[in-house]
Parts: sequence; structure tokens; C-alpha cells
Amino acid sequence: MPRLKIEDLQKIKEKHKAEFTLREGGYRAKITVHMGTCGIAAGARDVMTALMDEISGANVTDVIVTTSGCAGLCAREPLATVEIMNSPPVKYCDINGEKIREIFKEHILGGNPVEKYALVVGSETTY
Amino acid sequence: MEKFRANLMLCAGTGCVASGTMKVKAALVEELRKRGLESEIKVVLTGCNGYCAEGPVMAVYPDEVFYQKLTADEIPKLVEEHFLKGRPYEKLMFKEPEKKAAIPAMKEIPFFKHQVLRVLRNKGLIDPEKIEEYIARDGYQPAARALTQMTAEEIIQVVKDSGLRGRGGAGFPTGVKWDFASKVQSDIKFMLCNGDEGDPGAFMDRSVMEADPHSVIEGMIIGAKAIGSNKGYIYVRAEYPLAVKRLQLAIDQCYEAGLLGKNILDSSFNFDVEIYQGAGAFVCGEETALMRSIEGKRGMPRPRPPFPAQKGLWDKPSVLNNVETLAQIAPIILNGAEWYRSLGTEKSTGTKVFALTGAVNNVGLVEVPMGIPLRTIIYDIGGGIRKGRKFKAVQLGGPSGGCIPESLLYTPVTYEDIIATGAIVGSGGMVVMDDNTCMVGTAKFFLEFTADESCGKCPPCRVGTKILLDMLTDIAEGRGKEGDIETLEDLARDIIATSLCGLGQTAPNPILTTIRYFKDEYESHIKDRWCKAGVCRDLTMFWIDEKLCKGCGACLRACPSKAIMGEKKKPHKIIQELCVHCRSCYETCKFKSIKILPAGYEGDPYELAGAAEEAKKGEA
Ligand SMILES: Cc1cc2nc3c(=O)[nH]c(=O)nc-3n(C[C@H](O)[C@H](O)[C@H](O)COP(=O)(O)O)c2cc1C
Ligand code: FES
Repeated sequence: MPRLKIEDLQKIKEKHKAEFTLREGGYRAKITVHMGTCGIAAGARDVMTALMDEISGANVTDVIVTTSGCAGLCAREPLATVEIMNSPPVKYCDINGEKIREIFKEHILGGNPVEKYALVVGSETTY
Repeated sequence: MEKFRANLMLCAGTGCVASGTMKVKAALVEELRKRGLESEIKVVLTGCNGYCAEGPVMAVYPDEVFYQKLTADEIPKLVEEHFLKGRPYEKLMFKEPEKKAAIPAMKEIPFFKHQVLRVLRNKGLIDPEKIEEYIARDGYQPAARALTQMTAEEIIQVVKDSGLRGRGGAGFPTGVKWDFASKVQSDIKFMLCNGDEGDPGAFMDRSVMEADPHSVIEGMIIGAKAIGSNKGYIYVRAEYPLAVKRLQLAIDQCYEAGLLGKNILDSSFNFDVEIYQGAGAFVCGEETALMRSIEGKRGMPRPRPPFPAQKGLWDKPSVLNNVETLAQIAPIILNGAEWYRSLGTEKSTGTKVFALTGAVNNVGLVEVPMGIPLRTIIYDIGGGIRKGRKFKAVQLGGPSGGCIPESLLYTPVTYEDIIATGAIVGSGGMVVMDDNTCMVGTAKFFLEFTADESCGKCPPCRVGTKILLDMLTDIAEGRGKEGDIETLEDLARDIIATSLCGLGQTAPNPILTTIRYFKDEYESHIKDRWCKAGVCRDLTMFWIDEKLCKGCGACLRACPSKAIMGEKKKPHKIIQELCVHCRSCYETCKFKSIKILPAGYEGDPYELAGAAEEAKKGEA
């Protein structure tokens, strides 16, 4: 590490923001990819990979991704739930890598739920 | 920067490493790689998480799921369930002793729920070997502020206003100590850190040095500026190799980043820090002895005054602060004195870390606001007494402290209230004892320690602790005499009044408090040759109550010296000549049919038992 100036302290903090959002909480948006056996069989892994790729590309620090078990709607897997703080969660169904990229841009970054892929709006929140 | 969807904070503190963290880590890394998750999930090694008894432990973020007692064998299943399928793995979660339900979230677990983390603010949240992670949690911002925007007087004022008192044992106000040293004129002054941690069973300071070494260094930088020192030493015992390693790494990183050395953060302030490894003598934790030790001389105390603030290390003005005291400094500078005072009481502000051990369900490191009752720590955080036994006493302050009985469990943990009980807050050792503990034996244990660790310079301590120990040994072995209790008390007071340093001045405390609260136990040792807890071998006789014995044979099998005989389903008997007083039968019997009688008792045991019952009823 080179010699630090005072401004560098803040810069280092910013640089690690994403990681500490994970550890400390205080995120703006949370995406849950349902990864039951059914989800994985239907391609949930591709969804996850595409999502992680989008997040890295967009360089956002306040979005977290988690997984959960089967959502009980195996026929419509892969499923993902998007929760933006203070607005109702949206469940998306029959998604794939392409669709999640679109959802990420429109809903997470843009703030507009992608209605054509949405299954329901306003089920239980998890935060 | 790479993005991960989850961080696995695996504890690599001394406790967890001893119970297998490194194997678990290897298995985790391997399994994540196999499943193609290594670019999504990151494993981070942290310092002690405080929950050492259940180690190796791991916290999963962002889910905040807490796993304990991990083994390498369980890792494949855990990775598959939690990280692939998104189902937290219940088997390795915390369960409350009496209940079956698993508690996944760390903040719901009683052990963590009641704690307030200031000193341990980064515990389990950062990798202690990465300075960037410390900085990401606001690290070195306070130092930057202290060096570039505050005068020495301003720093001292904030620390004074915060009410912070030394956490090394004596509880002296830190700001006042800094003020003394800052006012002394001298071209050379020293800022010292006490990481000797000599109290048996204490591990607060070790955990801080291991889990967050930069918090200690930052406190030293701020203190150095306040008193006008350019050179510091961290005194750590060589028995703490991991602490030494992490501190050294942290110091090296600071030099590289320009946080130590010349012209720190372009403030024109210079400060160097070195580690000095001590050989682990208890007395070297005492400030004047510690300074002699750093000078390369034999670690022995000298009379004060002159106080170290005038003449300390190499006779230069010096300030010595405890590890935990220093770790409190940065947040005080960052958040202000009012924030610090918002917890605790008027005279005992902020938080204190305790090493909770002994007969409680949850053993570990806990940080709580000062002023909370002892009971809350023992029952709510500690989860009560192990195996459903009865609480007897809690020992505070180690060899300089004392035992507090059940009747005083509501005592708030403040410097003043604890001293009123005869114990001291001390550095934070808290040993909980159940009804299987003999209080004479407890006092003897601590006296063995102090008599052994006395440096020998002053006779009251050197000779006095030895005489106290010999008397306690006599009492425990059945040679106690009428009048011994009074002699012990007398001698104890003389040693306190005349010893040179804190070691001798506090060594009698364990005796005085046990006599104060458990005098009847001393009396029954001396008069009846009866150690009711069944610990002192020469003062006990184990006996089977035939009315309660079911003849299950458990004691017979447990006895290592074949001293128990009896037929199945018929009451058993102990052959006293063969009994070695190992307590195995006593611990084994499910029907509480084994009783402890005075040594060589020849009367009717039922009469004695009856009298004991009566006495108990009378108490209740
Ligand atoms: C026998 C003896 C042993 C001590 N051991 C320690 C120790 O291990 N760690 C410590 O911080 N203070 C220890 N102290 C207290 C120190 O002398 C000193 O008061 C303390 O380090 C000052 O720091 P503080 O004001 O931050 O508490 C000991 C004192 C005595 C008399
Ligand atoms: S060493 Fe892991 S919790 Fe203490």
C-alpha cells in the first residue's frame, strides 16, 4: 500500500462499501433467487451467474443477492424475488439469464418493475 | 473490485483454531470450488468472535446466519444446502439449551443479543490482517482528525469528558492520566500499551489484539499526540504468539501506509511503535515492573511516587494504558464524549468486556454497558448455570478480586458497586461457580497463584502470601485450628496495608471475600472437618443413602478403585478404606443418593442429613 493521504481513507471506505453492505446490512435492494432442486434443474444457476455479472458490471454497492429454497411453485421456476426497501416485493417467474439482466436494469437500477415477467406483487417481505 | 453475493466470516481466533478452523476452511474452499461458487462466495478469516466454547464458529452475511461447532465433514452438506439451495443448514445452528428449535440469526441468539459492541466493534466483521477492512469501518479517521484538526488539549478534554476509566484493573480516569503526562516538560516521552494480561482465565485483551490490532495502534497514536510522545511500545506476553503476529503485521502495514513513522498523514507528527515481548510473569503487568522489563531489567515494581507520568520508562514521562482502554479511544474521538457517556452510569461510563467462564452454559467474550446487573450477564447472556446446577458465587477481578454470592447478584457492574462487595471489576475475568465449588479451595487456588507470582521484592507480599497459603492449605487438609479465621483476616489487612505494589495490596482479596460471604464454610472445615462441597479430599466421606439408592449400579461402574459393592436393585455401599474421594460416584448418581459427610464421621448419617435439611428449610 502506498503512503496514505487523509482523503484516501474515505476512498478506501468507498471501495469496500459493497462488501460491508453485505456484512453490516443497510442495503437498498435485495434479490432472492430460489434455488430448490426444482429451481436448479430449471436453470437457476444461470440466473445467478448472469445476475452476479450484471452487479459487478454496474458497480453498485447497495444491492445484495441471496438464495432461498423452493418457493413452492415448481412449475414456474426459475423464480426470483426483488425487494426494494420500502416498496412491495415483486416475484418473477420463468426467468432465465437474459430476463434477469433486463429485470436488473429496469427494476433494480431503474426502479420500474418489469410487469411482463412478474408473477405477483406484494407477497411477504423478508427483511 | 470483485463482487461476492455472500461473505463467510469464519473465526480464526485462538479458541476456534484450536478446535479446527483451518481444516474447516480448507474443506470450505474446496467445496465452494467444486460447486463453482468460489467467485460468488468469499471466505474471510476473522479474529475471535467471542463464542469460543462453540467453535469453530462462522457467520454468514448477508443472511446473518450463525453456525457453530463446524467440522470439515459437515461442510459439503452445508455448502450444498445453504449456498446452492438456499436453505440454511439447521443442524449446525445455535439451539437454546432447553429448547429444540434452531435459531439462525446471530442477533437473535441470547449470547449476542444483550451485548453492545464498542471495543469489539469489528469482531467477526473484518479480516484483522487487512488494514483496508479496518479503514472501511471508519478506522484511522479518528486518528486523522486528532492529528490534523485537534490540539492535544482538545483530545484530552474529550477523553476526560467521556468518563473513560482504565480497563486494566485500577479504573483510573484515562483523560486525567494523559493530562498529567502532557503537562510534564520533556524531549522524550513514551506511550505504552499493556498487553500482558496476566489474570488466569482472562482473554479479553488477547482477543482484541488478535481480532482488531489496528484499534489498539490507533488508540496509541491518538494518545501519543495527546501527551506529546513520539515513541511507543506494546508489551505483550510471548505466550500470545497469534496476537504478536497480528500486531506486528498491523504495525508493518501502518509504516507502509504512512500511519506510523514520520509525518503521519502529512500532519508533521511522528510516532514509532515497537512490540516488546514479555516472558509472562504476572507482576510484569504492574506498570512500574513492566517498564523495568522493557528496559531489559528484571521485572520488579518500585515505589510510587514518582509516578510514571513524571518518571516512567528510562525515567522519562510515560503513559501506560491497557489494550481495551486504547481500543475505546478511536470511537470516542469519532463520536464524541456524549455518545460515550450515553451508556453506563455517571461514574462508570461506556462498555466493558468480560471473559465469562466457569459453570455457565455460554462461555465466551462479552461486551456490555457498565451498570447492568451481574445477573443479566450470567443468566441472560451466559444462559444460566450448566447442567441445571445451583449458582454459588461469581469471581470477579482474578487474583486481585473476590467472590460475590447469590444475594448480591443484582449488583450493577460499576467500579464503585463492585468494590463495595469486596471484589473489583478488574480487567474483566468473570468466573461463575456452582454448588460443587469449595470456597476455601477457591481462595487457596488464587493464593497459590499470587504466592508463586510474587516477585519477592517486598517481605509483606513475599512472606505474607506464603503464610496465607500455608494456613489455607492446613484448613483444607484438616489441620485448621480455632482462631485461624481471625488470624487470616488480620494478616490479610496487614499485607494490604504494607505491600509495595498492587500485587500484594490485592492478593488477600480472594480470602477476605470468601470469609465475608462464606464464613460458615471455613468454620465447617475447621470445626467439623467437613467440606460440604466434597472437594477437599481429607475433609469428606462419601456415603450412600440406602433409602434413596435404587441399586442401578451406575456408581459401581463409575468407581475407578472398586470401592463400591452391592447387588443389582439393592442398595449399594461404599467401602471407605478403598475410597479415593474422586467424586465419580457422586457425579454419576441420578437419584442424588450419594451424600457428603464429614471425614471419619461415626454418628448416624440420617441425623446429620436431617439436620442439614432442617437448616436449609430454615434458610428458605
Ligand atoms: C500485579 C499487577 C498485575 C497487573 N497486570 C495487568 C495486566 O496484565 N494488564 C493491564 O492492562 N494492567 C495490569 N495491571 C494494571 C497496570 O499496573 C496499570 O494500572 C494499567 O495497565 C494501566 O492502564 P489503564 O489505565 O488503561 O487501565 C496490573 C497491576 C498489578 C498490580
Ligand atoms: S476463537 Fe472463535 S469465537 Fe473465540
